[in-house]
Amino acid sequence: MRPDLNLLLAGFGGQGLLFGGKVVAYSGLIEGREISWLPSYGPEMRGGTANCSVCISDEPIGSPLVLTPNALIVMNLPSLDKFIDTVVPGGIVIIDSTMISKKVNRSDVSVFYVPATKLCEDNDLKGLANIVLIGKLFKSLAHCSEEALDKAIIKSVPASKKDLIDLNRRALKLGIDFE
Amino acid sequence: MAEKVLMKGNEALAEAAICAGCRHFFGYPITPQTELAAYMAKVMPKIGGTYLQAESEIAAINMVLGASAAGVRAMTSSSSPGISLKSEGISYMAGSDLPGLIINVQRGGPGLGGIQPSQSDYWQATKATGHGDFQILVFAPSTIQEMIDLVFTAFDLGDKYRMPAMILLDGMLGQMMEPVVLPEKGKISLTEKPWAADGHGFKRQHNIINSLYLDPALLERTNIQRFERYAAIKETEQRCEEYCTEDADLVVVAFGASSRICRNAIVAARAQGIKAGILRPITLWPFPTDAILQLAQTAKAFLAVEMSMGQMVEDVKLAVNGAKPVRFYGRTGGIIPSPSEVLEQIKTIAGGM
Amino acid sequence: MAIVFQRPKSLAEVNMHYCPGCTHGIIHRLIAETIDELEIEGKTVGIAPVGCSVRAYDYFNCDMVQAAHGRAPAVATGLKRARPDNIIFTYQGDGDLAAIGMAETVHAATRGENITVIFVNNAIYGMTGGQMAPTSLPGQVTQTSPYGRDVRAAGYPIRVCELLSTLDGVTLAQRVAVDCVKNVRIAKKAIKKAFENQVNGLGYSIVEVISSCPTNWGLAPNEALEWLRGNMLPYYPLGVYKDLSIDKSTDKSAEGGM
Repeated sequence: MRPDLNLLLAGFGGQGLLFGGKVVAYSGLIEGREISWLPSYGPEMRGGTANCSVCISDEPIGSPLVLTPNALIVMNLPSLDKFIDTVVPGGIVIIDSTMISKKVNRSDVSVFYVPATKLCEDNDLKGLANIVLIGKLFKSLAHCSEEALDKAIIKSVPASKKDLIDLNRRALKLGIDFE
Repeated sequence: MAEKVLMKGNEALAEAAICAGCRHFFGYPITPQTELAAYMAKVMPKIGGTYLQAESEIAAINMVLGASAAGVRAMTSSSSPGISLKSEGISYMAGSDLPGLIINVQRGGPGLGGIQPSQSDYWQATKATGHGDFQILVFAPSTIQEMIDLVFTAFDLGDKYRMPAMILLDGMLGQMMEPVVLPEKGKISLTEKPWAADGHGFKRQHNIINSLYLDPALLERTNIQRFERYAAIKETEQRCEEYCTEDADLVVVAFGASSRICRNAIVAARAQGIKAGILRPITLWPFPTDAILQLAQTAKAFLAVEMSMGQMVEDVKLAVNGAKPVRFYGRTGGIIPSPSEVLEQIKTIAGGM
Repeated sequence: MAIVFQRPKSLAEVNMHYCPGCTHGIIHRLIAETIDELEIEGKTVGIAPVGCSVRAYDYFNCDMVQAAHGRAPAVATGLKRARPDNIIFTYQGDGDLAAIGMAETVHAATRGENITVIFVNNAIYGMTGGQMAPTSLPGQVTQTSPYGRDVRAAGYPIRVCELLSTLDGVTLAQRVAVDCVKNVRIAKKAIKKAFENQVNGLGYSIVEVISSCPTNWGLAPNEALEWLRGNMLPYYPLGVYKDLSIDKSTDKSAEGGM
């Protein structure tokens, strides 16, 4: 049995957090589980802070708003400061360490520092740091099968941008392989 | 079974309306419903339908009135401040016995308020969507699949009873994505509308769509007849969903987004041995009075949870009619209550029962 | 004996409620004659406004819809978009069209909705008992401008045809009067053209009819017409402000020939 996921992705608008959330949501949908995806909305869409809640469960989803995540992906400092204390004990925190140099001062959560933005720059995958971090999420939680995750990428990439599928796959692998 | 797809609430509403045979959408941009209009703008021209961005909410609802008077399925969508502007047209539609679908993706008020989710237009939707003696059908979905299903119901019942219908949701449901199964296209049967002002073609007497009655006796008679229809609707169209209510000492009453949060709280309360359940109104008008009155026989107390200062709670009290205590918990201004807050309320009330 | 004059078929056989000397009756008749001549009664839907002509729905034999104050152009838009083959006309007074409904008026015009608008301008609110209208003249005494319309406080009257003729969406904007036989004939031609334009798919047409209100002007019917000629016509000159009917029909037949 796969674990329930209450994921919060947070960072700046434009970092692909909503897209990343959609990939995770699809990975649950493909395995026939209950899922929900909820974006923050409003002026923050235009360059401010943005976040996105994703729930995956075997039970119907009650509140789609993730207030106490068991997984947190953060891509900027304000979001880390805002959400780090909401993560449930035993939860995981995945940090884009290119964007955030601060270290987490909690011993009851597992923290992974992934220089996702830098990894993307080094590998000609600009703008796919979000997907690198999702690769890490998958590696640490195994919330779905690798096959489902691959299908989720295919589902999430718009039909008009099919050439992005392989780039997303490479970014995903970077995250999975990062130690 | 058809494949499940991920869809945003606002977009699912638009697609469902198209599947239900609606080809005429008139709207005006406002957060947080804009995706609905954008979806219509994209799809309608490709299927020979009309998407028209009106000069105002007032114009948009009057365009719906015109299209509906011509006998077609027509709709508009907006969010709280925009619905206030539409209230004039909604009253004229009710007074002219015209159907039409109005979607309100609520945000916090009053005034310009905010843009975050709210349920504070309950009174407006169920008691006073405009001036005069009238009601409209009001549906409150809590999942995106249910939104799709209720779009069909709203169009069908609106046509059947010749009255406007509203789907009342909030920014959270409008913005979120869930897996849905879309209905099969082309499986609708539309009601005949012999009353429509679509040109008499010398085949019938001319039709007049009108809400003016200068003779008070005639206006009174018309209103009484309309309320006889409303009474029949109250008899047959109340809808709600119950969860864990059979043995519940405490019944939470909540609709839409807040009902989802309460469901989490109920599960947590049960895990702690508290016999709590939830009744979720699906129709807000007609309000599911009968089911609540029934539960008042077995439950010890009720708790209404809303994203407002407390509006639906009054209808719960009317339904319970003093038989049992009715408490209220709400957050307002765009704040979504958390399951743990609701659980605390449940525990407090359960402790005092 | 040959019948040379009779009630138009599309005008209902009922007594109208209009005051003696009011020109609404003439304008109704001109519309009904046009509907008969174009043989469109069966597919015409008229929209009654709020104002003196609110009960126009009882006076025409075509299908009718009664609209909220000022909203007739929006209702017309809905009716026309739903049934593009039907002929939709609005019948509106000055308060309805140029005050509370100005947004609807301007936007239906600029969208070039293929509808016909008959605008009755008598420079006063008739039904509510003679208040100042957006078209009341400078210095005109009304119930709500008892010392005469003071343009410093109440602003200036709106010249609707001039205003709308600046919009690209407008096909025909013409101002006429029904104060004498000659002008009634011109008015009839204008109204007929406004309907024909719609039948031919040429877009938005408005005919502004300068009209009298003996009751609220406090004048006998013939004096009212004198006042109209002496005061209204200088401020609201009659004539064609915009007419693309011929250009557009040529374009249309060119398209059709391709």
